Parts: sequence; C-alpha cells; structure tokens
Amino acid sequence: MISIIAGKHLAAAGVLGLNRRNVDFIMRLNPRRLYPRVDDKLITKQLALDAGMAVPELYGVISHQADVRRLSEITGERESFVIKPARGSGGDGIVVITGRSHRKRRSYRLASGMLISESELMHHISNIVSGQYSLSGSPDSTLIEYCVKFDPMFAEVSYQGVPDIRVIVYRGYPIMAMVRLPTRSSDGKANLHRGAVGAGIDISSGETLTGVLGDDVVEDHPDTGALIAGLYIPHWDFILQSAARGLEVTGLGYLGVDIVIDRDRGPLILEMNARPGLNIQIANCSGLSSRLNRVDEIFDPKADAARRAEVCRQEFPAQRQTALPLDMEH
Amino acid sequence: MTRRYVYIISALLAGISLATFIYKWQVLGFPVTRDQQQPVWTIETSIRFEAGPGSIKVNLQIPTLTPGFRTLREFNVSKGYGFSLNYVSGGREAQWAVRRTGGRQTLYYRRVVYEDPASEQIDTTPPFPPPPVINEPLRTAVEVIVADVRDRSADTASFTTELLRRFNDPSPGSNIELLLADANTSARFVETATIVLAAARIPARLIRGVILQDQQRRVDLTPWLEVHDGDRWRYFNPNTGAEELPDRYLIWWRGNQPLVRVEGGSNVEVNFAVQKNFLDSMSIAERRAQVEGSLLVDFSLFSLPIQTQAVYSVLLMIPIGALIMVVMRNIIGIDAFGTFMPVLIALSFRETRLLWGIVLFTLLVTLGLSIRFLLERLRLLLVPRLGAVLIVVVILMLVISVVSHKLGLETGLSVALFPMVIIVMTIERMSVVWEERGAGDAIRAGLGSLLVAAVAYLAMGMDWLEHLIFAFPELLLFVLAVVLLLGRYTGYRLTELRRFRPIVGD
Repeated sequence: MISIIAGKHLAAAGVLGLNRRNVDFIMRLNPRRLYPRVDDKLITKQLALDAGMAVPELYGVISHQADVRRLSEITGERESFVIKPARGSGGDGIVVITGRSHRKRRSYRLASGMLISESELMHHISNIVSGQYSLSGSPDSTLIEYCVKFDPMFAEVSYQGVPDIRVIVYRGYPIMAMVRLPTRSSDGKANLHRGAVGAGIDISSGETLTGVLGDDVVEDHPDTGALIAGLYIPHWDFILQSAARGLEVTGLGYLGVDIVIDRDRGPLILEMNARPGLNIQIANCSGLSSRLNRVDEIFDPKADAARRAEVCRQEFPAQRQTALPLDMEH
Repeated sequence: MTRRYVYIISALLAGISLATFIYKWQVLGFPVTRDQQQPVWTIETSIRFEAGPGSIKVNLQIPTLTPGFRTLREFNVSKGYGFSLNYVSGGREAQWAVRRTGGRQTLYYRRVVYEDPASEQIDTTPPFPPPPVINEPLRTAVEVIVADVRDRSADTASFTTELLRRFNDPSPGSNIELLLADANTSARFVETATIVLAAARIPARLIRGVILQDQQRRVDLTPWLEVHDGDRWRYFNPNTGAEELPDRYLIWWRGNQPLVRVEGGSNVEVNFAVQKNFLDSMSIAERRAQVEGSLLVDFSLFSLPIQTQAVYSVLLMIPIGALIMVVMRNIIGIDAFGTFMPVLIALSFRETRLLWGIVLFTLLVTLGLSIRFLLERLRLLLVPRLGAVLIVVVILMLVISVVSHKLGLETGLSVALFPMVIIVMTIERMSVVWEERGAGDAIRAGLGSLLVAAVAYLAMGMDWLEHLIFAFPELLLFVLAVVLLLGRYTGYRLTELRRFRPIVGD
C-alpha cells in the first residue's frame, strides 16, 4: 500500500523508472544495430570526428596481446594519457596517467598520485584486450588517448580528476544535464556509482544546482567542501548544441552524451551512452518524464541541432526549489 | 503497437494453458495436488464347481454399463482354460472353456473399478417390449392391474412407483397376490414387475448389482428395477417404489439370464468378494485417459521412463526460478551477479537444503575470491586465470567434501552439486566489481544473488507447485505469458521508490 502511494508520488513528480526507460525509450528509439556506434568508443570517436566535432586526441589502439608491448612506443614522451577499454561500461577499466616518476624509470603516476610500473600497466592492458571489461567478455581493444586537463573553474569542486558533463538527448533535444564531479572515493573518476558527485545543471542558463552523492542530495563537495551550486558551466551554448548533434551522429533517439571541458581545447566529446542512467533526475531534483512528454509535443523534424538546443533552453528552466510541491492527501 | 501484440500473445498463451489445465483437471481428473488418493474397489467373482466328464464351458455375466463407476482393469485367473470376452444380448459375458479336466474347479474374474459420478449410462433406446404371453388367469390379473395403475399415474415414472407401491402393500389385492404367488425371491419379485410393465408397453429390466463396502467376503447381489421412460433409463427401488440407486451400487448385469451357466459341471457355487484399496489419482486419471484415447496423455511426462521423469520434475521448475528472477529484477529491483546464476544456485540448494546451501556457497565464494586475489598478483592472462580459478574451485569442493565427511557432516558432500563454472564466473565478476567499485558494491551484489537464490529455492522447492507443473506442464505457457507481460512492465521498481525519494522530497 505504501509502495503504491510512493509510486504515485514519483509519477506525479514525473520520475522516469528503469523499466519504463528500457521499454518506452531505449527499446523504441535505439535500434540494436546502432549500439556499436556508442558501445565501441573507437567508433564513437571516429563518427564524432567525421561530424567535425572535437574529441580527445587518440594516441593509439592496442587490439592484440602481441601489441601490448607497444605501449611505450605509443605513449612516447607524453607525460599524461588515458587508457580505456573500447567497449567498457560505466568507467570500468579506465586508468588515468597524469605523469611519470622521475626517480624510478618506467613507472607512471596515477591520478591519485600512486605509482604504477610499466609492467603493471601492461598487465592491465592485457586484461582489457582479453575482454575483462567488455560487456560480453569478448576480446576488446584498448584506447590510449589524450588526458583532458580540467578547466580551472572546476578546481574547487573536483578531486583529482576531470569532471564531465552528461546531457540526456531525447530525439535530438538536450533535455537534462548534470556535471559529474570526481571525489576521493570515486578515485578521481567521474562515475556516480563509484562515488562521484552529480550536480544538476539548469538547461536554460548552464548554472549548477545542488548535487547528489549516491542517492542523497548534497550541498557541497565531500572532499573540498566547496559549494556545488551556482557555478556557470563555460561554453554552455556550444555544449548543448554538441549534445543535440548526438542524434545525427549516432542515430539514437535516447542518448546520454558525455562532454569534458579541456583547459586548452574547450568542450570535447568523450563518449556517448545508449542506456544513460537515471540518477540525473536526483541531481536535478526533477523527473525526466515531463520533459520527455514536452519534447514529443514540440518536436520539429526540421529543426537543426542549434535550434533544438535553443528550444530546450527556453523550455526547461530549472525550478529553484529542492522539492516539488506535493499534496500529501492524494 | 508492440504492447498490443504482447497482450494478445500473452492472452493466447494464458488461454491455451488454462484451457488445457482445466480440461485435464476437470474432465480427465488429473489431481492438482500430489498424493490425492482415490478409493478403488476390487470385485472378485469366484465360480466353484465339480468338473464332470467331457468338455466344460462356463459363461459368466459381467458388467457392461456401470453408471457411477468406471473400470480401471479387469482380469481372470484360471488354469488351463481358454478365456474370451463376448458381447451378448444382456451385456457382456466372460467365457471359460476347457476340453478336459477333472476335480474341483475354481475360476476367478476380477474387476477393479473406481467411483466417478460423471460416468452415466449411455444406452440405446430400447423398442417397446412385445406384450408378454401370459396364461389365464394371470393374464386377466395383469390387465386389471395395468388398467388400475394407469388410472392412478401420469407417466412412466409414476406408473412404476404406483405399481411397486401396490406390490409392496401388506394387504395387496387378490390380483397382485395371485401374480406374486411365485415371487419367492426378490429377483423373481422384480421380474414379475417387469412383466406387468411390459404388458403396459413400458421397457423395463431386472438389474442385479453389488453394493460396495469396505471389505466383504461374501456379497449378495441386490436386484433393482430399471425402467426406460423413452428418454433414459431410470432406477427404482423394488421395495419402496422410490426412484433411486443405492450408494456405491455397481450394476453387474441386466436381464433375466442367470449369472453363470456351466456346461459339463455340477455343484456350482458363485461368490462375490469386495476389497477396497486406495490408489494414486494420477494413475487412475492416466488409465482413464488411455481408455479414452486422449492425446494429451500419450504425450504426458508420465509416459517417460521414471529416471527421465525425475530429471524433468527438476527442470520444469527452472521456469519458476526464471519468473522469480524477473520479479526480483524488474519489480523489486535487486542487484545480482549474472542473469540466471541465482536460479542455478537455487537448483543446487535442492540437495544441500537452504541453510547449508548458503553456508557452503558463501564458503566457496569467499575462498575462491581470496585465491583469485592472490592470482591477480601473478598477472595472468584472463582465460588462464579463469582456468586456474576453476581448478582451485574444484579442489576446494573436494576439500570441503572430504573434511565435512571426516567431521561427520554429510551435507558437506553435496557441495559437489554446485555448478562450478557458474561459481567461477561469479568469483571473477565479484572480484572485478570489488576492485572497480569497492567491496561494498561487490558484497551487496553477492548478497543480492544469495537472496534471489534463496527466494528462488523456496519457490522452486514448493512440493505442490512441483507436482502441479509436472502434472500440468501446459502451465509453463502461463508462466511464459506472465514473463512476457512483465517484459512490458513500465512501472517503478520497488527499490526506485527509495532511490528517487529525494526528488519527491519527503
């Protein structure tokens, strides 16, 4: 009985549940044959490049065990780079190298400051290639790419890592966004389920709202103590437009687009996701359903990405309260 | 659109499933619970006689149409006799024949029947009987009685009742006294009534049968009156005129023929004995369906060899486990390793029982996980590492079995039934999650798997459910329909109610 009432409250707040997301949006709008475009980061990167969008530069790909020893050849003299499985999910298997040890040769410094030897790193790559992190366990490729340097505006609200911006794009309309801030417990990674803080973003202005840690609402960053709300995301208009173009790039009607802001190169498309998570609703203190419905009403097949982003800025201003008003008697 | 197809397909599946289920349950009488026992009666007719010189032929009247009863089987016991079953005018006859024999002979005919209220007498409508040839003065007496009774009755039933009332009157009229002068046995009494009914052009028969009681060594046959009202046969108590049949009255034969005719023998004695037993309803239902030639039973699981049946009684529960899995995932929203790993774990719990199953599983996974962390340091390639964990798991199972056996804990032996490959994959997944997302997530998902496995075990272990699915495998289509419907369930998961609470803000 209690659960039925709670369910009604959620529905009234327009909260989208996993089952409905899967059945009504992912299965309906995301044809399975298009999945490789987002599940394989190598393909995503190429598609984004073809569309003229900025992505982190790819240094090299390791697809076979025999190539693992080419690691140092690929990285060359670069101080920092990122190693990630092409078909990993949820940030599993990603290693961020931020520097090299000066005392010990052939050893790298992780984002956390710890050192990792080259052989350990090669073992990790070998695991990736074997398919340890790929969804089906099938052999995978390892991407070695540019390590993003975060924009100084995020220095206060992230711990040893690069925050990224997740935008939910429905039929080409960027309807909801959040910024994911790494924490000590997330090991410098920007994945919510690892303990990163998610902060909702006002679509109309690009201003951050309150954050969510786990399933709880937080006001300030757990490590730095800085207030999360009230930050203005730079290049917001460009970010929204890039996200909106995700529809044309991938063909997927329900999409999560991950964008990072590099200090030097500006917003870069990091990856895209055909099954974006639902915690973004908690970060925004707002349900997705009402916005999804609104897009169905205003959908215009002729609108281009810029137009769609513009429409969303008008349509979805954040509501400045932490809770929706609810009549408890119903 | 897709949603509508799912609804239609589910409705079709559920319809087929339930229709077959109800047919088998209600019409074929398949029991819905195990150990439903139904009484069956064995009626044994023994015929004893002195064999005379020359060939011997014995004819015994045996049941044909038995309202209220169905026959499970019939057989005869006789040494050296040829046996045949023949249809004759009054019903069926068993015939024994032998060319030469001597001394005291005993022949047995046994029939095993069970009660079935649905069994009705389906018989052809008899022609109007010819007027009986009766000599005077009885002829006048019969005519007077018929005319009298006809005046005081409206139809066949009331005619019969009125006639029997007069027959049983302590001071009947002179006509009836005259008529009943010869009726020294109750069978003769009923036969006389059939003559009067024949004179009134009403088809009537003397029937004789056995009233079945728990155990009787010598049973007397009870005569009864059967009258056809132009539509169906009706039964009248010859002693009261009431239209009824005694409880558990098995009609043995109809008509005036003697029960047994022995040619070439003398000193004939016939005895009926009744024995009540209980039989599994399942075998009765199967037997009945065989008699009716129902395809549903020809293809039933009970036609498989017993060992295969045992395998299937387990396998058929897997869909129930799958249903539990779907509910736990999509309705409740519990995290677990592997889609159907918990169901397979639940299967192995069948042998270990729940508590031991959880203890052994936890032990195995914990030990395997620690070995896996040691192997991680050796930096092995993925597949060799999985192979190594598999070998270690097998060795651990061996050790657990031997140690628990030494300690006298026999349940420990059943650890061998755990699906080791599944456990290896669980260990691998769990260690990856452990490293990637921390011990909390790994342990939470591990406990989730155990919880789902325990619930699946409890559901799959329900004895009545196992019997139900085994006797009515078509119910799996219903499970399929439910799973298809759940496949389009778009409501919230129970865990989401808690998860999204901050949005509603209470």
